[in-house]
Amino acid sequence: MNYNVDEKGYYGDFGGAFIPEMLYPNVEELRQKYLKVMAEPDFQKEFNQLLKDYVGRPSPLYFAKRLSEKYNTKIYLKREDLNHTGAHKINNTIGQILMAKRLGKTRIIAETGAGQHGVATATVCALMGLECIVYMGEIDIARQAPNVARMKMLGAKVVPALSGSRTLKDATNEAIRDWINNPVNTHYIIGSAIGPHPYPDMVTRFQSVISEEIKWQLMEHEGKENPDYVAACIGGGSNAAGTYYHFLHEEGVKIIAVEAAGLGVDSGESAATSVLGKEGIIHGCKTLLMQTNDGQITEPYSISAGLDYPGVGPMHAHLCKTGRAEFLSITDDEAMKAGLELCELEGIIPAIESSHALAIFKQKQFKPDDVIVMSLSGRGDKDLQNYIDYFKI
Amino acid sequence: MNRINQKLQEDKKLLSIYFTAGYPNLDDTVKIIQDLEKNGVDLIEIGLPFSDPLADGPTIQDSSTQALKNGMTTEVLFNQLKDVRQSVNIPLIIMGYFNPMLQYGVEDFCKKCQEIGIDGLIIPDLPVDVYHEEYQSTFEKYGLINVFLITPQTSGERIRYIDSVSNGFIYMVSSASTTGAKTGFGDEQTQYFERIDSLNLSNPQIVGFGISNNDTFTQATKYAKGAIIGSAFVKHVTNEGIETIDSFVKNILD
Ligand SMILES: Cc1ncc(COP(=O)(O)O)c(C=O)c1O
Repeated sequence: MNYNVDEKGYYGDFGGAFIPEMLYPNVEELRQKYLKVMAEPDFQKEFNQLLKDYVGRPSPLYFAKRLSEKYNTKIYLKREDLNHTGAHKINNTIGQILMAKRLGKTRIIAETGAGQHGVATATVCALMGLECIVYMGEIDIARQAPNVARMKMLGAKVVPALSGSRTLKDATNEAIRDWINNPVNTHYIIGSAIGPHPYPDMVTRFQSVISEEIKWQLMEHEGKENPDYVAACIGGGSNAAGTYYHFLHEEGVKIIAVEAAGLGVDSGESAATSVLGKEGIIHGCKTLLMQTNDGQITEPYSISAGLDYPGVGPMHAHLCKTGRAEFLSITDDEAMKAGLELCELEGIIPAIESSHALAIFKQKQFKPDDVIVMSLSGRGDKDLQNYIDYFKI
Repeated sequence: MNRINQKLQEDKKLLSIYFTAGYPNLDDTVKIIQDLEKNGVDLIEIGLPFSDPLADGPTIQDSSTQALKNGMTTEVLFNQLKDVRQSVNIPLIIMGYFNPMLQYGVEDFCKKCQEIGIDGLIIPDLPVDVYHEEYQSTFEKYGLINVFLITPQTSGERIRYIDSVSNGFIYMVSSASTTGAKTGFGDEQTQYFERIDSLNLSNPQIVGFGISNNDTFTQATKYAKGAIIGSAFVKHVTNEGIETIDSFVKNILD
């Protein structure tokens, strides 16, 4: 079984590029050039240099001793929260801004949910001196205020998405509409492993630095490259794709994907796409998405803005359908408690997105000698107000 | 012969109107179609509303959202249209996004269209290559014409390819934009219209996006076979209701 994208842009039954003709020239240009550009030595050099000197990579692979003791297993946290700007998102935006420059683009647009991708995009635009417009749902603007302020300080224009559920899905719609209206000078930096081909593959490749590092770091810790499990939370699936990438075809490595159950999978207020979704088309790709019988995309819910998306990237739809990955869903309450637990046991305040992944230890029993590598995708600074409100701190 | 092809043979410039089915009220669909025909419209695009219309600006987005709130679904639309051919003769095209069709079942959808007397489909997010490889034979089996878009950025080579896959007309998007974003044409559009005209394509072209009145209709049809009005009509219906469709159409054609 192949878990990577094929030459037509599909992961099994999922993927493709279902885009209006207005976007065809842009997406086609990217499709033709992305692999070539990424393979150029000077691109590689600049990318790796920035990841090292600017982002602060490699991010540590940290053995979480007290957390491991509590759950009687071996838990390693891949510390993407320690990256510049506080999440894994910057790995992708560094890659895409270098791509945009090589394509001669001068104007950058992006969508954002939690604001982490928006901040990471605003950051690289400031770094490269390019104009930056970030679309963000009106609801997310309210619940992730510190990141809105960050984007503004970094010189980005933050445009509220006022349609639909006014969250990530709608911000993505608005970004796509912007691209339709500005086809020549603009590059769209998608923030997750979603969208029309080649985006899911391009984003995955930029994020794959995560699993590349895990391999040698785990060798240092454990004397072996492969853990028993890799686990990550999934909004669109970019931190997960990066965490899994070099293990996709390693049979001994089990894959765990963690979705947001919101108030509960059956509550009507959830974002657990693997359970609630059906095959369909969202934002230019065929994948699993939450929709009505009539094919209208439904409005998801999660306390975590970054997981509040009604689809998953096509690679993850394929991992789900083939059974390669085990999908778990975690409620708001479970995630918040797991977040606080990490603070207390390890002195790390995680992003609420990452807290969803951390909550699996209450749901799933691991063996004492199992080695689990979990992506700690981001830090919790942006979520302080949510934690404060939730725990009445 | 398909009604679209018949219509395209008429020696006149064609006016096509888009409206969102189920808007402003759920049951306005057939009345709007009848009134448009009565007032001299040549072709009608019936918009099947979608929750996430990527290629549409606020006017059509809002009308779609309202139509869905009103209770419009694929099934409801087909029911509303089931006897439409008893009173309407002009070509009818359903315009909608691909996901609702996929969920209905593409073959079932096409079959239903044929039963009702729908002549063609416009599906902005179904790319020509995917159509060609996976769905063309189904569309043809049920006598449906699929209409593709081209834009000022579409390469000559791709236009030729789209022309070769088309069997009705080509929907020429006047400028790089979502619907309703721009009105009026500048030199850029004129040059684009001339360029496409000079390609002598085998399918006639109908211009859409940016047409709102007699002036823009005349400009667009100087080179093309016809023009499509969408957002301006939806706006009219929003502001004036559906009782004054006659004056809207008259303003365009006179
Ligand atoms: C910290 C963090 N983790 C995870 C996500 C979810 O995105 P993805 O599934 O693409 O990794 C986000 C998105 O905003 C995020 O900020």
